[in-house]
Amino acid sequence: MVEQIDFSQVNWARAQFALTALYHWIFVPLTLGLSFLLAFFETIYVKTGNEEWKRLTKFWMTLFAINFAIGVATGIIMEFEFGTNWSNYSWIVGDIFGAPLAVEGLLAFFLESTFFALMFFGWDRVSKRMHLFSTWMVAIGSNLSALWILVANGWMQNPVGMEFNPDTARFEMVNFTEVLFNPVAVSKFTHTTSSGFLLACLFVVGVSSWYLLKERHILLAKRSIVVASVFGFIAASFVGLTGDEAAFDVSQHQPMKLAAMEGLYDGEVNAGAIVMGIMNSQKIAGDTQEPFIVEVKIPFVLSLLANRKFNSFVPGVNDMVFGNGEQGIVSAASRIEKGRKAIAALAAYKEARNNHDDAVSQQALEQLNAHKADIGYGYLDSGVDAVPPVATTFYAFHIMVALGTLFPLIFLVFLYYTYKGELEKTGWLHIVGLCCIPLAWVASEAGWVVAEVGRQPWAIQDLLPVQVANTNLTTGTVQTTFFMFLFLFTLLIFAEFKIMLTQIKNGPEED
Amino acid sequence: MLHSLYSFYRDGFQRMTVGKRLWLIIAIKLFIMFAVLKTFFFPNYLNTQFDTDADRANHVLEQITVVYAGKK
Repeated sequence: MVEQIDFSQVNWARAQFALTALYHWIFVPLTLGLSFLLAFFETIYVKTGNEEWKRLTKFWMTLFAINFAIGVATGIIMEFEFGTNWSNYSWIVGDIFGAPLAVEGLLAFFLESTFFALMFFGWDRVSKRMHLFSTWMVAIGSNLSALWILVANGWMQNPVGMEFNPDTARFEMVNFTEVLFNPVAVSKFTHTTSSGFLLACLFVVGVSSWYLLKERHILLAKRSIVVASVFGFIAASFVGLTGDEAAFDVSQHQPMKLAAMEGLYDGEVNAGAIVMGIMNSQKIAGDTQEPFIVEVKIPFVLSLLANRKFNSFVPGVNDMVFGNGEQGIVSAASRIEKGRKAIAALAAYKEARNNHDDAVSQQALEQLNAHKADIGYGYLDSGVDAVPPVATTFYAFHIMVALGTLFPLIFLVFLYYTYKGELEKTGWLHIVGLCCIPLAWVASEAGWVVAEVGRQPWAIQDLLPVQVANTNLTTGTVQTTFFMFLFLFTLLIFAEFKIMLTQIKNGPEED
Repeated sequence: MLHSLYSFYRDGFQRMTVGKRLWLIIAIKLFIMFAVLKTFFFPNYLNTQFDTDADRANHVLEQITVVYAGKK
């Protein structure tokens, strides 16, 4: 079904990074979304003075605390991996990532550590309003923390606001605003955080549905479902809008990724979007086989999504690998040639600098600058190396979109039965709500698979492929730590699961 | 001031109902991550292999212009 797996060292390092990122992302979106739901619940408590809302807020806050405590620092592992497995990459991007990650550290430390303590321990120690303020600060602070890491990720997908320094072998930031307001970073931040809100709402609806099925804590469950369904529907709509913007950005900056997302091999005017399909696993770029065994397509929609115009051209994999003169698309082979010139010029520059030969170094620098936009291609063997795993990207994208379309409808159904006053009687809906908990995580993780698998082979788009970003280590070293992480994170997930389930079974504290 | 801050945290931790097992997990997790994984399995490659930024830059330049480019 999916692509052949290559068990080389770089792929073990990639697998390890993917594993830690996917595990880390189990905890993060729930923190992002549940923090805002807590703020809403507590705001209602402060406004109404109704102690039931306080009990409700404290219950969800306990689940939030469990998730936060078990998830905290799981992201640090990725920083360890940067330094060990991805040393070339770490060095090359150090100047770009240093500032955003330092800001994240400061924000996380001051905002979160101060207000977290007030939120968890301050119920009877500070005023209602001060406590509410702390809860809001935790929500805002957690989401702002996510901003900086997503700015860094957005930069990797669309490197802007930087210059390559050939003396230090580093990309140096020349325009912080350009890095911060990079359109890919903006759409990534809005799409990712709103998907976290959506996931947390589905979690709250799912757990509440379980209470309704068991006929326990009915009032808490119904109130939680109403708030989570309203917020969830708004978040889901926003996820759709930001998803559209993200797809547009991908088409502008990473057209190969868009082609993979849609399984589009030959570019088209009035291109249609695939609603569902089964890909031909034998299909490779440049052959004459059909890319799909079965497909359901809506005409014109892909052109509209990609270019905001119905009758526009959307390039396919083959256009970018082999070039398309009619559409002015340069072939990957041509970019490889330019990339190799850029690498040769960098080597010549380095040698000339060592020999203190200013004339030659200047000449080499001019050559480097002429071809630097394609430098990453110089490390590829052939044009097809620029193609990401198409089937994985296609299926992940379509799973994400299908679930993302289903979720707002589910919130509407919950709101409809709440309005009719029949929420307690609709057992089938409670089961649907419960099933949505794992589906929310499937959609969320699939989104990251699209973002990261779809941009292969690049660690930095067009500039640094993963095999060059990698450290020259033995495969055994990376394999060992891969399995250690697999064991450690699986243990943590089980711990979270067990403690959460116990807490959910226990229900809210009786005051 | 310091005393009230201390008692704020002390009372908060003492009153946590799901705290004990959670804190144990956090402590074990952080120990494994920092004392075991970081120390023994995840050294910063460039920092441990080279003393100066100039050496690190030279190494990376060598990697991206000779080692990897040479494989083509």
